[in-house]
Amino acid sequence: MAEEKLVFEPSEVLIDRPTHYCPGCQHGTAHRIVAEVIDELGLAENTIAIGSIGCSVFLYNYINVDAVEAPHGRAPAVATGVKRARPDKIVFSYQGDGDLASIGMAEIMHAANRGENITVIFVNNTVYGMTGGQMAPTTMIGQATTTCPGGRCEEREGMPIKMSEIIGMLGGVTYCERVAVNNVKNINKAKKAVKKAFQCQVDGNGFSFVEFVATCPTNWKMTPIAANERVEEELLPYFPLGVYADKLAEKEGK
Amino acid sequence: MSSKTPERKFIKGNEAIGYGAIAAGCKCFFGYPITPQNDIPEMMSKAMFECGGDFVQAESEVAAANMLLGAAAAGVRCLTSSSSPGMSLKQEAISYMAGSELPAVLVNMNRGGPGLGDIGPAQGDYYQSTRGGGHGDYRLLVLAPATCQEAYDLTMEAFDLAFKYRNPVMILGDAILGQMKEPIIPHEGKKVDDNAETWCLTGNKGREKRLIKSLFLEEGALADQNRNLMAKYERMKAEIRYESFETEDADLVICAYGSIARIAKSAVRKLRAQGKKVGLFRPITLYPFPDEPLVKLAEQGKRFLTIEHNCGQMVDDVRLALRTKVDSDFFGVMPGELPNPDDFEEPILKSLEG
Ligand SMILES: Cc1ncc(C[n+]2csc(CCOP(=O)(O)OP(=O)(O)O)c2C)c(N)n1
Ligand code: SF4
Repeated sequence: MAEEKLVFEPSEVLIDRPTHYCPGCQHGTAHRIVAEVIDELGLAENTIAIGSIGCSVFLYNYINVDAVEAPHGRAPAVATGVKRARPDKIVFSYQGDGDLASIGMAEIMHAANRGENITVIFVNNTVYGMTGGQMAPTTMIGQATTTCPGGRCEEREGMPIKMSEIIGMLGGVTYCERVAVNNVKNINKAKKAVKKAFQCQVDGNGFSFVEFVATCPTNWKMTPIAANERVEEELLPYFPLGVYADKLAEKEGK
Repeated sequence: MSSKTPERKFIKGNEAIGYGAIAAGCKCFFGYPITPQNDIPEMMSKAMFECGGDFVQAESEVAAANMLLGAAAAGVRCLTSSSSPGMSLKQEAISYMAGSELPAVLVNMNRGGPGLGDIGPAQGDYYQSTRGGGHGDYRLLVLAPATCQEAYDLTMEAFDLAFKYRNPVMILGDAILGQMKEPIIPHEGKKVDDNAETWCLTGNKGREKRLIKSLFLEEGALADQNRNLMAKYERMKAEIRYESFETEDADLVICAYGSIARIAKSAVRKLRAQGKKVGLFRPITLYPFPDEPLVKLAEQGKRFLTIEHNCGQMVDDVRLALRTKVDSDFFGVMPGELPNPDDFEEPILKSLEG
């Protein structure tokens, strides 16, 4: 038998406990990336997390930093209040697509536009997870949910909202990138994006936003593997990965 | 005591609230414009920067109230102000702040409703202010100033009370109080140690992480939290404040608060000059409501008339307080109308004669 070799240790910021997420849910991967970045940048003791509503409301049970819970959609406003009260702290919100792109559309747009020096982690799984799979603003055309059983229809429900494109356009945004965690390459890119987003805040450079295109196997009624394939085949062509704003690179003339 | 004689200021009620907040060490203000309270955000937009704090004109009242929640969680003295429709939008965050036990001060310069109503003075938000207003079982400490000086004093105290009980505190005024000018004497108040460092979020350097939340899913946890909150609301009863004016030998006691109480006071003075035995009982804390002193008056065999600038809201609390002794008559001034003391004469005399 080959000797086992420890390749890496778990991040100290990630709390070791059984997960409440469904098998194949990518909230867990997103949490881990955020935790590792906070760890690697040495921010754990200086960070305040803003939890939101949805399956990720328990973010604070997995990440070992101070945290406050925001009402549905309002995390960017709560983050604004925390950051204005304590400008020396690192403040980030973690929000789903129902939370951020529907009920909280005003709060995210204005916090971004003001250029609040905060970081927003946005997990887009094209559905309302926690409440049982209703239609979200990001639900794909033709995707069946419990409130659009015949599939989302453009005439009736409009097109799925592309948040990174919208946020990237706003004047106050320093850094905005869309990532996915459906394969190792994308996971590595996602981590780089999150690191850049937090670094942007650490350096006082203003608003940073990272959108994760993620799975919700339970409400997609798919196996984790099929859900992951759906990301590649159906979601990424409509939600293209990439950088939608990078004022730092612009400044450096890159 | 400072040796310097304090300078008198001739200012609006709205400004008195702002000065009270500044004197109390308020460091963050979040608001959204609505008449008749705009003087408050306008003066705070300058004052917060002068004191090294921060001011945000939020995109909505919803956002303003949630910014308040964030700043409160960070342990900083913070304020928002609004008027009726804006207060309705703040209710969700207020419920969350009560549920997460966060201290913050909110001002409502009540205008006429329901709906868009008008921008004139009214007291139609009494139920909303004293019964929670948002979802769930919770209470705010509600303070109702009647003069500019009181607006200054009570706002200052509101911050101490918010931290003492780790609960949102509301200042309830109206357009009369907000827009009238009176001389006030600013003072430093008492500086209370608010202990925020023992619970607020600062990053978990050198200690366990802290979590501020209102979600309680484990079996029995929410019940426990509600029991804690109810016990706290009971403890708040130590804070009752009220004014009794000419009630001692009165046959009829008028119950009124805020601006309407001042108008009623003028009516009492006038009727006293005519030898009529009337007096005024003015609750200053609307929650907790000053039941006991009211019951004492009832035990002396007095009659009661509640006058409000609404269709009858505080009269419920008066009746609850008096229920085993005697009833209270009610006279409502409709929101949208502004009374003068003479308008109260007929209902007062009717109640006096029984
Ligand atoms: C004001 C309010 N409206 C509705 C809800 C119910 N609710 C809880 S979670 C949720 C959906 C969240 O979906 P999403 O943000 O996509 O997160 P996910 O669960 O998919 O991670 C809703 C509507 C609520 N908690 N508060
Ligand atoms: S319902 Fe969806 S988003 Fe929620 S935990 Fe399950 S897979 Fe994840």
